[in-house]
Amino acid sequence: MNNSSTKNGSRNAGRTIDIVNKGLKRRYRKEKRFRLYGILSIAASAAFLAFLLTSIVMNGYSAFLQTCIRLDVPIEAGMIDESNPKRSDFQGIIKSAIREYYPDVTERREKRELYSLFSSGAAYQLRNNVLDNPPEAGATLSLWVLADDDVDMLMKGHMKRDVPESERRLNDRQLRWIEKLENDDRIEKRFNTTFFTSGDSREPELAGIWGAVRGSFYTMLVTLALSFPIGIAAAVYLEEFAPKNLATDFIEVNINNLAAVPSIVFGLLGLAVFLNFFGMPRSTPLVGGIVLMLMTLPTIIIASRAALKAVPPSIREAALGVGSSKLQVVSSHVLPLALPGMLTGTIIGMAQALGETAPLLMIGMVAFIVDIPGGFTDPAAVMPVQIYLWADSPERAFVEKTSAAIMVLLGFLIAMNALAVVMRKKFERRW
Amino acid sequence: MQITAEKKESTTSVATESSKREIFLPPDRERVREGGTPHVSAKNFSIFYGNFEAVKKVNADILSKYVTAIIGPSGCGKSTFLRGINRMNDLIPSCYTTGTLMCDGEDIYGRYTDEVQLRKKIGMVFQKPNPFPKSIFDNIAYGPRLHGVKDKKTLEELVEKSLRKAALWDEVKDRLERNALGLSGGQQQRLCVARTLAVDPDILLLDEPTSALDPKATAKIEDLIEELRGSYTILIVTHNMQQASRVSDYTMFYYEGDLIEYAPTKQLFTNPKDQVTEDYITGRFS
Repeated sequence: MNNSSTKNGSRNAGRTIDIVNKGLKRRYRKEKRFRLYGILSIAASAAFLAFLLTSIVMNGYSAFLQTCIRLDVPIEAGMIDESNPKRSDFQGIIKSAIREYYPDVTERREKRELYSLFSSGAAYQLRNNVLDNPPEAGATLSLWVLADDDVDMLMKGHMKRDVPESERRLNDRQLRWIEKLENDDRIEKRFNTTFFTSGDSREPELAGIWGAVRGSFYTMLVTLALSFPIGIAAAVYLEEFAPKNLATDFIEVNINNLAAVPSIVFGLLGLAVFLNFFGMPRSTPLVGGIVLMLMTLPTIIIASRAALKAVPPSIREAALGVGSSKLQVVSSHVLPLALPGMLTGTIIGMAQALGETAPLLMIGMVAFIVDIPGGFTDPAAVMPVQIYLWADSPERAFVEKTSAAIMVLLGFLIAMNALAVVMRKKFERRW
Repeated sequence: MQITAEKKESTTSVATESSKREIFLPPDRERVREGGTPHVSAKNFSIFYGNFEAVKKVNADILSKYVTAIIGPSGCGKSTFLRGINRMNDLIPSCYTTGTLMCDGEDIYGRYTDEVQLRKKIGMVFQKPNPFPKSIFDNIAYGPRLHGVKDKKTLEELVEKSLRKAALWDEVKDRLERNALGLSGGQQQRLCVARTLAVDPDILLLDEPTSALDPKATAKIEDLIEELRGSYTILIVTHNMQQASRVSDYTMFYYEGDLIEYAPTKQLFTNPKDQVTEDYITGRFS
């Protein structure tokens, strides 16, 4: 019996190992293939990301520089209104300074062409300069004033000088004037502070992203302040306290469905409820934030519930076993352990909200708003809307502004996420 | 090969072999003869999961300050019964009970019973060590803090006392501020015992406290039970019959939800009244 069983065993073992060996190569091949697919897909996504980023940066980096022209502005007696300097004719002063530099331009049409090389913002630059430190009569101010966007495009090489006159926005005469500036070293590209400090404008050289950044900031603040506590309270209640019955099942199904609702529907809801019914001010971060909160809530609730589910039941049992009440279990054990996961959900929701345009269309946040919002109830634009508006503008100079605005949006996003990651790291416990 | 052949033989003829198998001889404990006062009494006590009756109409008195072991095959309802005593089963939505379970003359499932207070009185240690992901000190101090001890000095004394009782003080006294998850499995389990002792319970429920531990750590936990004997009413669920015979004064045997036999440990292991009990303790099934 002993013998036969050994034989039997070895024969059996031999057969099994043969089968295994036969399949082994195929299994390894399969694994290799699978790994290759994985690497390929990662490489493809990395390539696309790299392509996207380079194209944005290549298009947009030049927007961080702005062509400026050094203009000597002689201040003569009587030019500045002594009693009320704000009322002085700064436009006229700039124009006379330009005329002084180009004494040979006399004809009306030529003059208009000449003035158009300079930004209409030059007068405001002079005004601010004069108001900050009033010059004495007879002094000459040397100012770096903004050049018009056409000049800017020419200097950045987006407009060719050697094409026929009819194919460019600056005529030969204007090019000669610019050459004169170049020969005198009076024209150069300087860091574009306007882009980071002002609001939107019809003039590309005066348009800035700061208004939209502020608008986005206030909107996100409203969204976060509302959706984080509400989302977490809802998740904790549904997961830890609510009885499991038909009503809670119904709520759960609806929350999952809400996460898939097209965002423009939330915009319509905001328009109907917050603007028309409650009469809240339109185009404001307050309403925008509330609408985005509605959109973000399902994401936060779903992620938070998953995080709560992932807390091992042994911890709850342990806490209950020493006599904690349910609330104490949740607040001192479950919540701290689930918080990193909840923060992850919040980051995803907020990132989604930051890039959202469609719901904001409905509540009037696509309006052309020049002023920088100072609070939650000031009309404001947000960054994605600003990008959308600029992408829609015909001027060539807005192309680079659009890319630059995308870069600022990505920077904002990265800053926001970095903050959340730091917070998560802080709350994370070794498990 | 020979071993397997023999095993094959033995499974086919269990009945004739049974007399040869070893029976663990539990120590004869003097104090068992004195009897005791009931601490927890079950009367027609059943626990249901939905329609399934996991514990069937149990009638038993668990005696004060004695160690009672609960044994039985997997799924026999022994853990359910244990968890029923401090209402841990309330966490399971479909679970309900019938009959009465009294503790110190108070109905555990009574309408006015506060489960938080109940669980303070009836502490529990679980199968898998489950320290909080906090420092050792905070693990022990968590319970007392919940119940209103704020004074740092009192807390420190309490922590030391509890850790000493759980025979862990000497090992951890220099690293009370370290995370409890850095302790070994056996130390973690003793920490869980200490955490339970810190809220000063009357009854200790141990749900297979050594099943996740190695023999050395198991011995320490058993020593600990030996030490606590006489100060607390202890109930221990175990799969290990030697352990039951070593540590307990009384033993309950559950089978398919029924309390088959409940007797002084020595009597149950040497002279079981019921055939099923005998089959189980002689290892004919598990």
